[in-house]
This record gives sequence, structure tokens and C-alpha cells, in this order.
Amino acid sequence: MCGVRCEGSWIGLSRAPQTAHRAPTTMTITINHFLIVSFLLFTIGLFGVLVRRNFLTVLMSVELMMNAVNLNLVAFSRRLSSLTGQVFSVFVITIAAGEAAIGLALTISLFRQRKTLNVEEASTMQG
Amino acid sequence: MTESAASGVLLTGGAGWAFVVFAVLTLGTAVAVVVAKNPVHSALFLLASFLVVACLFILEQAEFVGAVQILVYGGGIMVLFLFVIMLVHQRMVAGAKAFQHQWDIALLFLLVFLVPFLYVLGTEKFPEIPQNPDAFRMIGTRVVGNTQAVAWSLYRDYLLPFEVASVFLLVAMVGAVVLGKRSVEKVD
Repeated sequence: MCGVRCEGSWIGLSRAPQTAHRAPTTMTITINHFLIVSFLLFTIGLFGVLVRRNFLTVLMSVELMMNAVNLNLVAFSRRLSSLTGQVFSVFVITIAAGEAAIGLALTISLFRQRKTLNVEEASTMQG
Repeated sequence: MTESAASGVLLTGGAGWAFVVFAVLTLGTAVAVVVAKNPVHSALFLLASFLVVACLFILEQAEFVGAVQILVYGGGIMVLFLFVIMLVHQRMVAGAKAFQHQWDIALLFLLVFLVPFLYVLGTEKFPEIPQNPDAFRMIGTRVVGNTQAVAWSLYRDYLLPFEVASVFLLVAMVGAVVLGKRSVEKVD
């Protein structure tokens, strides 16, 4: 059996049983698969933010999380027949560009002050 | 939802398999971004991830968003990342730890997100078949391209957010310049 459909049925939202007797190469992607991929991408980015020590990798993980959000927006936009999701994801990309610029400027500033990119050493405000 | 299940649902057959391939590539490159020790490797895997996500956008008929993704992420942000990696070039210490010990917090957050996610996924019935399959390439009743439709929506319905975004970009640019420049006089 195909893994994706089994995953959907495990959630309890399996497709109609009529699709089961179709050719085994038929792969039907529902919104749930988009949601699962987006969730996994977001989680990977979250782990990167929390677990990595390199400030640059932390910033890259934030970009991954924004990508996950965009994926959700676009998928729902198509299902709802509304262009709003696509326009909103363009705005999210804009915000991501500004965030990357500021974050990288902060990276350079941090590197000048501390000669390191380790986030654990930037702990002045930790008390 | 049961009738015409295979014909009305959006991604079937070859498109479905393409989705599976792109999804696996996306998640694989994302894991590689987080796991890679060298920041340059991370950046290149991140570039691959951006491009594959753009493929997913195009698969979902969001051609303009896919193009913007490639231009802004694959072009602009990636160049920015690589420039900064070159600027701050840190020595690769051989036995340096790449990970810090926040796995417990990360797992806690994972649980906090996973439980409502599974709940919503199991209880909610999301719309599967769009009312109007051509909604992305229509202005009123005319059928045009996706880019034109997005522009129509962006400049007519979302004009104020558009202008706010441009001001935001200006502020971000000025902020990046101020943060990045060497201090002219001793401030601290």
C-alpha cells in the first residue's frame, strides 16, 4: 500500500473506499498531506532554532519555518478558491526578506563584538 | 466527497507522485540544513529546500508565488546568507559541538504543537474540491494569467498592506545599514 494514504487513514480521514480498488499507481493528495508536510517542515525549523548553536543556522531555520507557513497558505488558498492566501504568502516572503537582512546585520554586529557566532555566548541579558 | 473522488480531487496520478517526491525532498533538505555542521553546507541545502518548495507552489497553481520564492529566497536571501558566511568566516574547530542542550525544550514545543495539530487533523473536515478551479487566473469573469490576477488583487484589494510592506522594507534596509556599519566613533 502507499504510505501516504495509510497515513491519512491512520489519522482517521481516509479517502472513500472506492478509490482503493483503483490502479495501485494512483496517488491522491489531500489537504491533510499538505498539512503534514508543512507541520514537519515547521518542526524541523523549530528544532533548528532551539538546538543549533551557530547563529547563522538558527536564522536559516527561521526561514524554513516561514516556508512551512507559506506552504499552508498556498494549499488552503487553492482549496478555498481564493487568491488571498497567495497574496498573503507574497507578504510573508517580503517580511522574511526584511527579517533576513536585519538578522544578518545582527550576526555581523555580534561577530564584531564577541568574535564568535555561538548563541550561548551572547548571554549578557541572562543575568 | 465520496462521489467523483478521484476526478474532483486536485492532485492525483502523476501530480500526486510529484507531490510525494517534492515533499520528501523538502523534508530531507530541511533536515540536512539543521544537521549540517558547516554553515556553507547548510546554506546550500537551504537553497535546495527553497527551490523544491517553489516546485510545490507551482504544483499548487501558485505560479507567481513560486517565481517570487525563487527570485527572493533563491536569489536575494541566499546571496545575503553566503555573503555573511564569507564575512564572518569562523574557523571550523574540529571537535566543536554543533548542538546545544535544549532538546528537552524542543521536544516540549513539539508536543505542544503536535497534540492540537493531530486533534484538528482528526476532527476538522477541510474543503477538498475547490468551487472555482480557475479562481487563480481570473479577474472578474475574464480568464487571465496567475500573475495578472495576483497583481489585480494586490493593487486593488491589498493596496494599503502593500504600501506598509514597502515602508517596512525601507525601515529594514536602514536598520541593516545602521547595524552593519562599523562604529565611526566609540559609542560604548
